Amino acid sequence: MVLDFNDETFRGDFTYRNSAKAIARFPFPFPEDSYMYSVNMEPHVPGRPGSVFEHMFDVDEHYVSEMRDRAMVLADDPLRCQSLPHMALAGWDLLELIMVSKARDYPHWFTLTRDGNRWHWINRPLQIEQKFTFLDETTLPCGPMEYITRQTQGDFTLQDQRDDNLWLEAGMVTTQADWSLDFDIGMSFHEWHAPVPLAHELRVFDRALKFLLNLQLGAPVRRFNWTMTVDPLLDTSPENYPTWGPTKTTMTEGTIGQRQHLRVELQTLQRLPRSNAIVFPIRCYLIRFEELVSVPKWARRLHRVVRDIPDEIAAYKGFLRNKPLMLAYLSQFDDGASTSPGFWPD
Amino acid sequence: MSVGAPKIPVTVAEVVTVTPMVKRFRFVRRDGAPMLPFSGGAHVVVEMDDHGTRRMNPYSLMSAPDDTSGYEISVRRDDAGRGGSFYLHTHVTPGTEMVIGSPVNLFPTNARARKHLLIAGGIGITPFLAQMAALQAQGGRFELHYSARSSDLAAYADDLTARYGDRVHRYLDDQKQQIDLANLLPGQPLGTHLYVCGPKGMISWVRSTAHALGWPETAVHSEEFLAPPIGAPFTVELATSGKTIAVGPAQSLLEAIEAAGVVAPYLCRGGACGECETSVLACDGQIAHNDHWLTDDQKASQTRIMPCVSRFAGASLVLDR
Amino acid sequence: MTTAPPAPMKSRPVYGVLAPLPGTAHLMVADGEGGAALIDLLAKADDPAMLATSHIIYVPGPNGSDMTHDVQALGAAQFRRSPTIAAALPRLQKVLADAHMGLQVYAAGTEGLIGQVQREVMLAGLPWQAVRTEHRGSTVRRVQCVHCKGITENVRTDPFPCSHCGLNLFVRDHYSRRLAAFQGVNIDAEDPGRVPPALDRFA
Repeated sequence: MVLDFNDETFRGDFTYRNSAKAIARFPFPFPEDSYMYSVNMEPHVPGRPGSVFEHMFDVDEHYVSEMRDRAMVLADDPLRCQSLPHMALAGWDLLELIMVSKARDYPHWFTLTRDGNRWHWINRPLQIEQKFTFLDETTLPCGPMEYITRQTQGDFTLQDQRDDNLWLEAGMVTTQADWSLDFDIGMSFHEWHAPVPLAHELRVFDRALKFLLNLQLGAPVRRFNWTMTVDPLLDTSPENYPTWGPTKTTMTEGTIGQRQHLRVELQTLQRLPRSNAIVFPIRCYLIRFEELVSVPKWARRLHRVVRDIPDEIAAYKGFLRNKPLMLAYLSQFDDGASTSPGFWPD
Repeated sequence: MSVGAPKIPVTVAEVVTVTPMVKRFRFVRRDGAPMLPFSGGAHVVVEMDDHGTRRMNPYSLMSAPDDTSGYEISVRRDDAGRGGSFYLHTHVTPGTEMVIGSPVNLFPTNARARKHLLIAGGIGITPFLAQMAALQAQGGRFELHYSARSSDLAAYADDLTARYGDRVHRYLDDQKQQIDLANLLPGQPLGTHLYVCGPKGMISWVRSTAHALGWPETAVHSEEFLAPPIGAPFTVELATSGKTIAVGPAQSLLEAIEAAGVVAPYLCRGGACGECETSVLACDGQIAHNDHWLTDDQKASQTRIMPCVSRFAGASLVLDR
Repeated sequence: MTTAPPAPMKSRPVYGVLAPLPGTAHLMVADGEGGAALIDLLAKADDPAMLATSHIIYVPGPNGSDMTHDVQALGAAQFRRSPTIAAALPRLQKVLADAHMGLQVYAAGTEGLIGQVQREVMLAGLPWQAVRTEHRGSTVRRVQCVHCKGITENVRTDPFPCSHCGLNLFVRDHYSRRLAAFQGVNIDAEDPGRVPPALDRFA
């Protein structure tokens, strides 16, 4: 068990590394040589064995260390996990979904035994064993959403559906690409997406909302989002921007391969049964340029995507400043050869 | 359905005559697995093969949402309808194998409500049965006002009083008992949400009274399943599939599209949710828009149609399906 | 996101014009020039029954405008002048706690006043969309510092120093109804000390 998981840090000395296996299964988000926003949702059905799509919730070698980092973020700032009072039932729906999925998909790591509402959960990697009564919050150390998301990689938001709209009213957000749960909680779909440039003009969010309002039980969907991060820092929150913002200015030719990370979010969306809410897990994967270029197709493609991306999008994603350095590094690996369609390595 | 939502093969476990006009059907999964829990107000689409005619009718789930041993619906027999309820009443018995869709909720309770005021007319009681069970379990505040033409048509009235006591108020038309809406609404605490499910006239009355008394639109909710009306047969060209289909008098356009083997999305099959909205590529005639979804402008332009409930009369109609 | 210059934002609230609505009670809250919107509202309604079920709470505006005399003269069944919005909140909360469905709420004046009324209404259980709003007078903003969570009142310039932690913040149009505030983000994080000159953006 110990060998299944890395012991690494996402802050301070930043010992985070991807093994060769992790690199090979990295969710490279670009199926072609250029990038533009789209709704780009597809059914979240079991995918290629070994890939990040194989299971409902992917557990990888970074699991234990990521959960440790989450606990540190929450100790420093409890406002990163909030649930408006009426969202408790949605929290239970999510707890059930994650426990059932993980016990089914990774039985050597997770076990769930249920006797009516008396549940018994074992999480071996985190050495957690919990007996509790489903739907009774007083039998858990904290609310159900917080309880289970402290044991699950990725951020989560829960959205209440009412008035022909979706409302972001609960969330665990410690690995976000620069948005504040505390500020956005309570907002409607278009409101919390308001800061994204260009996409509104493309009506991307109108179509996405219409699709999601009719999202049904048993029909989850997934899509990708991506950005860039300096150092393998999961907690790139606006709250801490004064701390991590300056690191962008310390990048050099010599350090970019090691410190510049492509940050990919695998986002899924599912309808929850009892609350009729929608859960939006945002699972973050990080890979440094040095690791990424070991896959020749990805090296060529990433160079082309960064080269051709509109400045407005690069600015919104926070890497406009270092775009020249990135291109200087990546161009070394782009011989102009054609790349195969799709994102899998050749 | 939207792509991917699973259908559920079921067996009818029980058929109970509740009143002379109402029967309750209980479905259990054929594979023996538990049902998914659902949210009160959800419905399932029940597929019926009525002697060669495929019907797919939506019915509200009335069982307790956390009872995963099976789903229950109650069906009021309507002999003047297209035959779906008649078929269920006369041909479905314990042991019959059927297929239902996954629960879809277009009539949920509002999670932020301080109190839920439920107004039911006749068979409109069904979604509230599920909602009250869930609210009770969650400790929510609610009150039911249930009106029926006569006690024969007041299904579950005694059960409700037994279960929920003073929160249940019953009214029988044949005893001249009427809901005193004008006095009921003003006294409700701020944050109450109002839900009405019943005949069209009752829904209009409740909505307009609430509006006149200052209730915001977002605090008033209603559900009304429009049954696809019967009408003269007509022909439609499905441009994308390259088929021309005939729509029978007691068959909806959506059912005719499905019978031709063409997949079309749907959710409520009652003209309310928008999922089946279809582009009209050409129209020489008059579309009878029977839905609650399209805007008046869209209806007038005849460029869109809701095939679940709307019909056509004229020389030609070409759809993007 | 945090380095992008402020751009027009879809989350930025949009206000309307007050118009009378049917209801069993009417709660009106205004600051500064918003008092004139209440006067216009009641003139439109021209209805003694509405006046007899109206409760007005009025606060002088952030730029000193004070229409107390004229608003009080309207003759609403209940009238209260509060010196500040903060002082008005306990009264507002109590009125909402005692209220019933059928209450119409109207808010007029600065964004800060409108936002805080909407927030109290939401917390009391009524949907926020039920509040009729009209912006009049000052455009000064309430801004929450995303870093220390403190809210600075009556912000006039962009950028401005957070009144709680001192960081230089630029003012985004991204708005939270729950907080009734716009978002402020550190402007010189990547280049500490390089702060653009403060523009008079709100008055």
